[in-house]
Amino acid sequence: MSKKILVLADVREGKLRNVAFESLAAARLASEGGTVVAAVLGSFAKDHVDVLAHHGADEVVVVTDSKLDQYTTDAYFQAVKKIIETVEPQAIFTGHTAVGKDVSPRIAARLGFGLISDVTALEEVDGKLVFTRPIYAGKAFVKKAFKEDETVFATLRPNNIVALDADTARTATVTEVSVDFDPTLLRTIIKQVVKKATDGVDLSEARVVVSGGRGVKSEDGFAPLKELADLLGGAVGASRGACDSGYCDYALQIGQTGKVVTPDLYIAAGISGAIQHLAGMSASKTIVAINKDPEAPIFQVADYGIVGDLFVVVPMLTEELKKVLVGK
Amino acid sequence: MNILVCLKQTFDTEERITIENGVVVEDGAVFVINPYDEYAVEEGIKLKEEHGGEVTILTVGPERVEASMRKALAMGADKGVWINTEDFDGDLDEHSIAKIIKATIEEQELEFDIILAGAMAVDDGSAQVGPRLAELLNIPHISTITKITVDGGNVVVEKDVEGDMEVIESKLPLLVTAQQGLNEPRYPSLQGIMKAKKKPLEEVEIDDLDIEEEEIEAKTKVLEIYLPPKKDAGKILQGELADQVTELVQLLKSEAKVI
Repeated sequence: MSKKILVLADVREGKLRNVAFESLAAARLASEGGTVVAAVLGSFAKDHVDVLAHHGADEVVVVTDSKLDQYTTDAYFQAVKKIIETVEPQAIFTGHTAVGKDVSPRIAARLGFGLISDVTALEEVDGKLVFTRPIYAGKAFVKKAFKEDETVFATLRPNNIVALDADTARTATVTEVSVDFDPTLLRTIIKQVVKKATDGVDLSEARVVVSGGRGVKSEDGFAPLKELADLLGGAVGASRGACDSGYCDYALQIGQTGKVVTPDLYIAAGISGAIQHLAGMSASKTIVAINKDPEAPIFQVADYGIVGDLFVVVPMLTEELKKVLVGK
Repeated sequence: MNILVCLKQTFDTEERITIENGVVVEDGAVFVINPYDEYAVEEGIKLKEEHGGEVTILTVGPERVEASMRKALAMGADKGVWINTEDFDGDLDEHSIAKIIKATIEEQELEFDIILAGAMAVDDGSAQVGPRLAELLNIPHISTITKITVDGGNVVVEKDVEGDMEVIESKLPLLVTAQQGLNEPRYPSLQGIMKAKKKPLEEVEIDDLDIEEEEIEAKTKVLEIYLPPKKDAGKILQGELADQVTELVQLLKSEAKVI
């Protein structure tokens, strides 16, 4: 039976995030040949219609109110609720991002929906959608489903579900939805935004992560890691040891407390590999470990290991990569 | 100021997970206050120290959770309300837990100016119950906060947004969820531990609540819990460091195909 699936397209600073395309791929699977509706919020929304169509949307709902240009819980909540009531989808997908994590549970509570968060895979089994998600930060996994007749609602972890190749022949119909915001329900006001994230490469979406542990020894010790990450278009991460020692901001922490990452390439430099750190990165596709201690547990999960001082090995690696990447 | 803190008990993050008969084995595991909830407890106590009032800990869970509630009381919380699920045999998901907490707040007539919770639990990691509860109570929420200042009814919060920081103003009543970096949770003092034994810990059964069983029935179901495939230890490169680095780059290029 074909279905109507709604994708709440993730936007950051007016640009679509890759997880929006991943959500569209999930929606195409779930639709069983039905309709995929993408919704974009913000005054720039119409700019994204074509590319959403190319990646699988049949219909794009736009809410072009400038109150939605910057995410706030209450404004998004009112807009998303209106969209859901207008579209009446059987399933809703969005990214497990700062926005998706914040607004989805509120929407679910209001509309009496279940919600499966932080999904890393979905499949169709006997006509039912089955969602896979990590628990204990990836030390184990659970397969979950919705009970009969419940609206399906899931947030998808970036970088896990494969987006469809763009088909530029695809087009979508556009529907404008306007929202009468209740000003008494706009209760949180953003006064200031302080940019701290490294050059716009978000840790949870980065294809390459270069991570430092206690072995980096100081804040300055992250410099060679940053250089390597920049060369590979990646992001810098850290272990709890490095954060607790004050070498870096907690925003960089990878582990069961902190972020869970699944990049294509994870380079661990000076990280011994405590269980709580391994939980946050061991699902990365390829892991490289650089550590002075040959007994460090990180080597147990690494695909490739180099026993040596990170301050020697990392700069050498950066130079060697420069040579190889120049030819590209 | 009336302060409520939602606390979940979780496995210690250094625990390994084993599965038997389709469930995670709890025997012998060390349980702790969910680390993110511990930040919430600490911040609740700090707000009380600054503004006066009372900190109430709210926990849903089986018998074992009492130890974590007592720890929060030893840190300086004033009382606890424990929704005992030891004898409850239905499925509970995030939808159910939020409904149960809301019903408990009503049943116990708990007044609140602020509710604190962890940004997520380190076991399920779904980050749902805080925002769900705020919506059920019709109050605003701000998630993943790293700083909070309360001045009369006004609140200024710093929120972590994937590494960036937003300064947000709001008003009480409000629910906030704690992100790492909010504070350093204190260790309970010996005196605190002694006092905690006598602090009130109210026990509530789900049956006591003014809520129909269908209302808290889980919307989702667990089909299977499993461990990830064990990864074989990889290749430790040998030889001169310079050669190892060259080999690594070749392997990343031609074998792993990640560069």
